[in-house]
Amino acid sequence: MPPVPLPPAPGARPDDRGHTLTSIAIRGVSRSFPTADGRLPVLDAVSFDVPERQIVALIGPNGCGKSTLLRLASGLLRPDDGSIELDGRPVTGPDPRVGFVFQEPRLLPWRDAAANVAYPLELAGWSRERRAQQVQDLLSVIGLREFAATRPHELSGGMRQRLAIARALALGPSVLLLDEPFSALDALTRERFNAELVRLWERTSTTILLVTHSIPEAVYVADRVVVLSPRPGHVVADVVVPLDRAERDANLDMLALGHVAGAIRRHLEGATDDPTREELTAEVGRQRRARQVPIEELGVPAWFDPFGREDDE
Amino acid sequence: MSVRRALDVTAAAVAFVLFWKLIVVVGNYPVFILPAPEVVAERFVSAWLDGTMEPNAAQTLLEVVLGFALGASAALVAGYALARSRLIERVLSPYLVAAQATPILALAPLLALWFGSGLLSKVVICALIVFFPVAVATMVGLRNVDRRLLEMARSFRATPWQLLWTLELPAAMPGIMGGMRVGVTLAVVGAIIGEWAGGEQGLGVLINLARGSLFDIPLLFATLLTVALLGVVLYLIVALVERRIVGPRG
Repeated sequence: MPPVPLPPAPGARPDDRGHTLTSIAIRGVSRSFPTADGRLPVLDAVSFDVPERQIVALIGPNGCGKSTLLRLASGLLRPDDGSIELDGRPVTGPDPRVGFVFQEPRLLPWRDAAANVAYPLELAGWSRERRAQQVQDLLSVIGLREFAATRPHELSGGMRQRLAIARALALGPSVLLLDEPFSALDALTRERFNAELVRLWERTSTTILLVTHSIPEAVYVADRVVVLSPRPGHVVADVVVPLDRAERDANLDMLALGHVAGAIRRHLEGATDDPTREELTAEVGRQRRARQVPIEELGVPAWFDPFGREDDE
Repeated sequence: MSVRRALDVTAAAVAFVLFWKLIVVVGNYPVFILPAPEVVAERFVSAWLDGTMEPNAAQTLLEVVLGFALGASAALVAGYALARSRLIERVLSPYLVAAQATPILALAPLLALWFGSGLLSKVVICALIVFFPVAVATMVGLRNVDRRLLEMARSFRATPWQLLWTLELPAAMPGIMGGMRVGVTLAVVGAIIGEWAGGEQGLGVLINLARGSLFDIPLLFATLLTVALLGVVLYLIVALVERRIVGPRG
């Protein structure tokens, strides 16, 4: 499909099927994290738009702040500077219009599949009957109806990630944020998941922001690919993928080699997180400090810990 | 499978009794040093039949159950507070550790002085001894809840109250139940110590009597056996409850 023209009309409006559509606007967003020696800037004045109903892939080297940007968009983190808007209104906290799919399934191990999918519905205060109906529908969509009573540890990695997607869709979000959702899956399963994601998107009228490490994945799934620089991340390229969906399916093997992929790769060059020998020598001190940064946790261990397990991770 | 397990347990018990008998026979010990297993078994049965054991066991059981309930509930609240607030942890933990390091044996006479020689002093001692392991287990359990799960729940706009009941408590439950397993066996110890420090009834009192004025060593052993059985049964109950509410998690 051709890229949706910029910019979108402000304010939520339903599409021809009555679904609400939402756009994302990222406006000059900066964010840093406190470390032992000062603040570490992770994102530096990042700006781009995701028009309603578009799929935008976010690609960049490790540590460039892709995941942080997704958390800012979801309201889990607040930006130091700039703002993130859904339909023109700034995000101030987790938003019911947003469904988040994390890199790991993050299922509750003591709940079966159905109860895991029902979890956001419970939190939102849905009645038991409504929950049961919605969970049935969601499990059908992801093809796990027969596994409703199965606990996560008895499911395969792919099944677990399907559940996580169903859970993110539970409240009928108009925005899906996906943080490398298929990175733990094997290559073929991953291709299938990407195709299913696109089908799901065609059915659900969602706006999707997808963080990925894979150029072919980005080119297959996205309407546009935003390339971020190494930390502190800023936008170095915004590449439109000028292929329609049928073309992509027909040329799956060519996606990694096509000229769009080539363009993205050129923008990524010199932006790996694996430095050359000279860079390593020059940067070793800084890198080492950077690696120890507790990105999301500011807690300082207290002295009282009989089991010595104050720090997870 | 469960037949196999029952067989294992029975075989181990038989081996234990045979070993005991062997020691008595080989060492030729008099009955007031180490009575033979059949002598203890006989005294155990007769003590239960003639009403020597039953009221004492009932008293001790009551003290343990009340003390455990009181201590464990207080510990859940305290463990939550310790997990939530670094300030509370910093201010309270020295006292907690000091209280735990002071032998309960040394505290028992004081507590008997304060709370009398009735039920209350034993309940307090049991509660004190149960408190520490459960409070620490609760604190550690709540602190170690997977942050990624917390973030997931927050992305669905869970309130702090919802986080506690739907995520933190269930996630911490295996640890908390581990603390309760330790706690319930310690509660039995606490009750016996409390009864030693002053009391009219209970298995601890009966141990004193059997060793002292009655000089009935088989009764002493039969009482010890009752105490041990009480601990095992209570432990199994906690373990069963744990299996019910924690369930398989893989």
